[in-house]
Amino acid sequence: MADARIPVAALVGPRARRYLVVKRLVRRPATVIAALVVAAFVGLALGAPALAPFNPTATNFLAVRQPPSAVYLLGTDEVGRDVLSRLIWGARASLLASLIPVTIAVAVSIPLGLLSGYAGGWVDGCLMRLNDGMLAIPFLIVAIALAAFLGPSLTNAMIAIGIAALPTFLRLARGTALAIALEDYIEAARALGGSRRRIAVRHILPNMLPPLLIQTSITVAAAIIAEASLSFLGLGQQPPAPSWGSMLNAAQRYLSQAPWMALYPGLMIFGIVMALNTLGDGLRDALDPRHY
Amino acid sequence: MPLGLYIARRLAALVPTLLVVSVLIFSLQQLLPGDPALALAGEEHDARVVAAIRAKYHLDKPVAVQYAIWLGNVVHGDFGQSLRNRIPVSELLASKLPVTLELAGCSMLIALLLGIPAGVLSATRKGTPIDAAANLLALSGLSVPHFWLGIMLILLFAVRLGWLPASGYVPPWEDPLKNLATILLPSFVLGTGVAGVLMRHTRSAMLQTLDADYVRTARAKSVPERLVVLKHALRNALIPIITLGAIEFGRLLSGAVLTEQIFAIPGFGKLLVDGVFNRDYAVVQAVVLVSAALYLALNLLADILYFFANPRLRG
Repeated sequence: MADARIPVAALVGPRARRYLVVKRLVRRPATVIAALVVAAFVGLALGAPALAPFNPTATNFLAVRQPPSAVYLLGTDEVGRDVLSRLIWGARASLLASLIPVTIAVAVSIPLGLLSGYAGGWVDGCLMRLNDGMLAIPFLIVAIALAAFLGPSLTNAMIAIGIAALPTFLRLARGTALAIALEDYIEAARALGGSRRRIAVRHILPNMLPPLLIQTSITVAAAIIAEASLSFLGLGQQPPAPSWGSMLNAAQRYLSQAPWMALYPGLMIFGIVMALNTLGDGLRDALDPRHY
Repeated sequence: MPLGLYIARRLAALVPTLLVVSVLIFSLQQLLPGDPALALAGEEHDARVVAAIRAKYHLDKPVAVQYAIWLGNVVHGDFGQSLRNRIPVSELLASKLPVTLELAGCSMLIALLLGIPAGVLSATRKGTPIDAAANLLALSGLSVPHFWLGIMLILLFAVRLGWLPASGYVPPWEDPLKNLATILLPSFVLGTGVAGVLMRHTRSAMLQTLDADYVRTARAKSVPERLVVLKHALRNALIPIITLGAIEFGRLLSGAVLTEQIFAIPGFGKLLVDGVFNRDYAVVQAVVLVSAALYLALNLLADILYFFANPRLRG
């Protein structure tokens, strides 16, 4: 069996490398806990219909702003809706608005980054100038400006988050492709007569994925905050559909009477973002090429 | 390379980026559904009124010509007229920028006071519970949604304890003490995020310098440990931290959108959000453009500081 102290380069085949990466990941308890929190978040979002004790949009004017109790575990909001049920359903909006746009941004950035980094020339020049321009505008400002011009809705918030996330991935994908193209094994593949396309797809592409994976974890965290921010401003998920950001917006008006309305949605965002950032740190340590 | 030539080159490289930013921001208004002339005319659908608006705002010209006119005006500091306030957008920007600068400055101060000592402590106590606690705090600072932290601090310090005002802003020249009271909570909220970034970078830079030969030499010469850490290790570790600080300051100038909204601070962020809700698109475009320009300028400053602090680059 392979030992963690033997450099991965000395081992043959990607299976051994994967084994070591997983071994390094599970050795850190913080990473394992973070992965479990992320898994629970995904489970919560997917299983919302079965897990939520009440209908998240059903109002009950006889139970307005009730503190946490045996019936309403996390209390009720300003129109008597169950906070716990809205939190569980709100995980869906968060998951949708973070995972889908970031996945699309990664999917778009890989071929564009490969093209830009590997082809070079004017294609690279044009793409990178455009990318520099997009990077100059901060993530949340791009998302707010785009959501404002597109109109308020969860779909438009997702488009805005995807566009805002794209330049970071594109720069990373291009930089990684450029660095890999200079490696000895690419030179070897070229010397063996491999075509440009084959080298790009078979050799450069698989090695671009680890840094993109680390960035994905961090960007999904940023996207969750962006979705909550847009919904908080009324530019994302529209009421009465539940979203953690819009729950916080409503809670602001009842801070002294019903502090639980503000406490739990924020704790959910904080928890999942912290888990994703911890997972990103763990992945960075496990996938860092300096370990190979 | 001489410093002057370096700055000139970096400034020249900024021009195409700013042009791309301007094209992106101008393109935003093309996303708006419907005819902007009809929207501006409001209830009035008189063809002559609509035609007059179209001529006034050059909407009857090709998009490229509209962009050239808009860019020409922007270069001369004319960002158009605010639809809501009926005053030039440049006047609005000039009145809000000092508020955001003050908020960003105070936040940076808090971040430096928290982040750098925590990073030094964490590096010198590597592997101890203090290191673990500092890392956890830094990660929390990076992960906490600022607008929620703001709401929680209002709940604690304004609603429950009544020590600080919940929101609002008093300019320092009107009442310095009240100004401090209104700016303290939002500065802390924004400062915690930057403190997390600074702490992590200080820690990793300190770990590198503490391992360097010149630190080992200093220790071999029996230099007191406090001096080794502060004079030899920290001084060199600060070089990358200074440049990071400049970049983070740029981010603070534009990252205060929700914090300003929650604390009702009349700065850039609030101007942007108000612009969004009032459909005051000239204001939105101007805030985004100026934020991007400030961010790029601070990035340039970070590069210059790095160039200045690192003699090897000048060789």
